[in-house]
Amino acid sequence: MRRSICLGLAVCLTLILSACASPTQTPTTAGPQILRLATTTSTDDSGLLDAILPDFEARYNAEVQVIAVGTGQALELGAQGDVDVVLVHARASEDRFIADGDGLNRLDVMYNDFVIVGPTTDPAGIAGTATAKAALAQVAAQAAAFVSRGDDSGTHSKEKSIWSAAGVTPTVDSGWYFSIGQGMGETLLFANEKQAYTLSDRGTWLAQQAGLSNLAVLVGGAAIDANQDKALLNPYGVIPVNPAKHPRVNFALATHFADWLTSLEVQEMIADYGQDRFGQPLFYPSSPAWLAAH
Amino acid sequence: MFASLPPIVLLSLSVSSAALAIAAVSGVPLGARLVLQPLPGQRWIVLLIYTGMGLPPVVVGLFVYLLLSRSGPLGWLDWLFTPAAMIAAQTVIAWPLVVGLTMTAVEGVDPALRLQLRALGANPTQVMWTLLSEAWPGVLAAIIAAFGSIISEVGAVMLVGGNIEGRTRVLTTAIVLETRKGNFELSLALGGVLLGLAFLSNFLLLRLGRGIVR
Repeated sequence: MRRSICLGLAVCLTLILSACASPTQTPTTAGPQILRLATTTSTDDSGLLDAILPDFEARYNAEVQVIAVGTGQALELGAQGDVDVVLVHARASEDRFIADGDGLNRLDVMYNDFVIVGPTTDPAGIAGTATAKAALAQVAAQAAAFVSRGDDSGTHSKEKSIWSAAGVTPTVDSGWYFSIGQGMGETLLFANEKQAYTLSDRGTWLAQQAGLSNLAVLVGGAAIDANQDKALLNPYGVIPVNPAKHPRVNFALATHFADWLTSLEVQEMIADYGQDRFGQPLFYPSSPAWLAAH
Repeated sequence: MFASLPPIVLLSLSVSSAALAIAAVSGVPLGARLVLQPLPGQRWIVLLIYTGMGLPPVVVGLFVYLLLSRSGPLGWLDWLFTPAAMIAAQTVIAWPLVVGLTMTAVEGVDPALRLQLRALGANPTQVMWTLLSEAWPGVLAAIIAAFGSIISEVGAVMLVGGNIEGRTRVLTTAIVLETRKGNFELSLALGGVLLGLAFLSNFLLLRLGRGIVR
């Protein structure tokens, strides 16, 4: 009796699991093919993907499943072969991903930029500083509260590179440096509550600005054109996962996706995105096709 | 990361223990009292307490966050993103569990005992304590269940504690962070530590609980 129950359970479990797994393994001719895309929360939060993905899905009879996580986890999902393609913004980690043989044919897609936001009262007096590294050196010198993503995200990597350019090694024991290991939205809320400085991508800042009454952009200007510090630019790359390492990934569809995302037509959609809501684009296209045409 | 493990473990334990102590000291007598001297509208109170047992931690965290926020009514306390806020949130999560399960345990005691104690001239406080010691295994289970739910919750402490490295980072928020960073092995190890901790705490609680009665 007991044995047959176990057997029954095992059969049920197998059926359920195979039912869950089958869409990715056996794309039928009728249903759409599934493309799994790992990207960062900030990319997903910007709403860009919701605006452009339907075009891809219609053209290739595909369904794109977006998994929005931290940059570290996005690349790890790729390295484990759990997704077909990644779209991230952390150049050094991307290069390591390629060097490890986990991804093939990285393409430039677009860029946006980072800004340093802080309390409107600006206790460290960094407003109008031309470069991010000078501003952060000033924050450290004044021991003004600074909150870090602290999650190995693309934004966190950028922050660390600015600190090292400024010649400062902030530690959590210093009393003014808070490392909270959370997403951009949570980090901005934290800065707003604690009257702290932080580094944010411009897209998340623009989207959340209305609820952050204690904060203002102090370095980076009102739009990307006004950003005087080229070190604050934030390039995005698309990388299909290497099929030689993970035979079950849908490499053909992932390559179509990368080609589609960098095509002139989609690049123009990216250039327009956000104009109506924010009066400025959230991303600036930078694929080879776009650069050749402009 | 492993070097920073001891303070994380210590904070997890101390925050959850403090919340449990507050919830138990206030919740156990209240649970017993509600059984012994039902209030008007008792059925509704019980319904609310049982509903509270299922409160999602993240919702509790949200309430506590809004209360303690700079722009909230208790903002002047300056508790947000400190262990005090985490203790407050976990107390709110643990409290209905302690009260509700204590009520169930006390209700399970033979009603004849209550009459007998009264007849022997015990005052209400003496009746309450005698019934509580009779119902002790159930009360202990209430406390253990409450501890299990708060030591393992992540939604509330993440929101009101802020997961600040070296200050408000606990095991569960560290697990979320390491998972998002893609450090699956480390997350798994931290999960193992959390499980071991829960095992040890329950072991101690059970030993301690037996000691009180026998």
